[in-house]
Amino acid sequence: MSDLDVEKAITRAHHEEWARVVATLARRFGDLDVAEEAAAEAFATAVERWPADGVPANPGGWLTTTANRRAIDRLRRESKREDKQKEAQMLSDDDPPEPLGAIDDDRLRLIFTCCHPALAMETRVALTLRLVAGLTVPEIARAFLVQEAAMGQRITRAKAKIKAARIPYRVPSADDLPARVSGVLAVLFLVFNEGYLATGPDTDPVRHDLTAEAIRLTRLIRALLPDDGEVAGLLALMLLTEARRPARLAAGELVPLDEQDRGAWDDALIAEGHRLVRERLAAAAAGEAPGRYQILAAINAVHTSARDIRDTDWSQILALYDRLTRVDPSPIVALNRAIAVAELDGADVALAAVDRLEPTLAGYHAFHVTRADLLRRLGRSADARAAYDRAVELAGNTAETAYLTRRRDQLR
Amino acid sequence: MRYLVSVIDDKSNPGSTDGQPAISEFNERLIAEGYWVFAGGLADTDAATVVDNRGEQAVFTDGPFVESKEYLAGVWVWEAPDLDVALRLAAEASKVCDRKIEVRPFQ
Repeated sequence: MSDLDVEKAITRAHHEEWARVVATLARRFGDLDVAEEAAAEAFATAVERWPADGVPANPGGWLTTTANRRAIDRLRRESKREDKQKEAQMLSDDDPPEPLGAIDDDRLRLIFTCCHPALAMETRVALTLRLVAGLTVPEIARAFLVQEAAMGQRITRAKAKIKAARIPYRVPSADDLPARVSGVLAVLFLVFNEGYLATGPDTDPVRHDLTAEAIRLTRLIRALLPDDGEVAGLLALMLLTEARRPARLAAGELVPLDEQDRGAWDDALIAEGHRLVRERLAAAAAGEAPGRYQILAAINAVHTSARDIRDTDWSQILALYDRLTRVDPSPIVALNRAIAVAELDGADVALAAVDRLEPTLAGYHAFHVTRADLLRRLGRSADARAAYDRAVELAGNTAETAYLTRRRDQLR
Repeated sequence: MRYLVSVIDDKSNPGSTDGQPAISEFNERLIAEGYWVFAGGLADTDAATVVDNRGEQAVFTDGPFVESKEYLAGVWVWEAPDLDVALRLAAEASKVCDRKIEVRPFQ
């Protein structure tokens, strides 16, 4: 086996086994810190040994056994071994799992613990990326433009809170499950969005590493909770968005949906996304009310079904936005709905709807982007320029800023 | 696991004062279900005295929270198996007290 093959095997094992190793150890030792460190050591040992010894037949088993030994070594080294074992007993959940069918998996416990509602949103994101996705602290710090030391501290504090406040390591009860799953999905959606429209002057405008990680984790949740409609919906939404990534940037500028080269879209991702949307449409027809991710996925399915922007079925998009408004009556949904209104009823009708959102959305760059575009279409160049100015001021994505600036300058 | 459950009131926007029957009922349930360790409402922050005897002699002053907007209005101590249970109870406590609740584990 060549070095390259070994390297690939290690990368694959990291993708496939990291969460399982951390999750198994966390349950066995009742300590996320011990689990994380031992897992990291096991992978470091693999990097050392596998090139010489060969890749083991069962990489996951090898990694778990090695990590297990490292954890026991660490606990032995620590003089407070007895205390540790006591803590382990306190944190681990020896009760039989809640009767939830076949979803008892240590990785699920780990995900629910990392996304616990008692942790701040940014902490949940950081913990999930570290403990479930296996990103390193420097990688996570870079992803969110935070100093490495600060990110390390955030993760350490979170682990300390989980232990001290006794956040349980288990799959929530059936009653709590929908709310808790939606908390997990919010974390994954945030990671995805940061990848798809990255913020900050020193980062790539589109971060494939983050979108790929978010999709990978959502696939994992989907494998663990195959009957959850919102999980399927979020996965479809991510796939149909990611499918457009190849057409999203041109010459350092963001390319809006209506100007994208649709031939560059990823057909395989679109097909997979459409399959999931069809699955959810069948469930909706059978009486299961779709949640926001499923409706957003359906909207994206309509967009990705049109091989030419002129073929877009705007009335169906508007109907879906009306449905979404009933589930999620937020001003951001109203803003996106207005874009469909502009196509059907004209830019002036849409502008009136957008202007009504000013009190709540004046600080949101997309509000000014939408307004600027509508004003431009209405020939109100001076007003459009002012709106582009405001949008440029508020936009955090370098490629979007470049696009908006050019659009504004075209109006001079 | 023991949790200190603090009731936080806001002087500029105080919670309602007619919740006593609901609070008593909630306390009965805490006792019946084995969570209750201790509870007590506190007098106004005006009634507090701070003692500092780190120097040569004890110095008495008014409480540190007299001027602050938010203050501790009362406490519970609960025994709960984990934070999920404590947070579920705290959500009910916040409703019956009409105030914010801080849940903090003992060491």
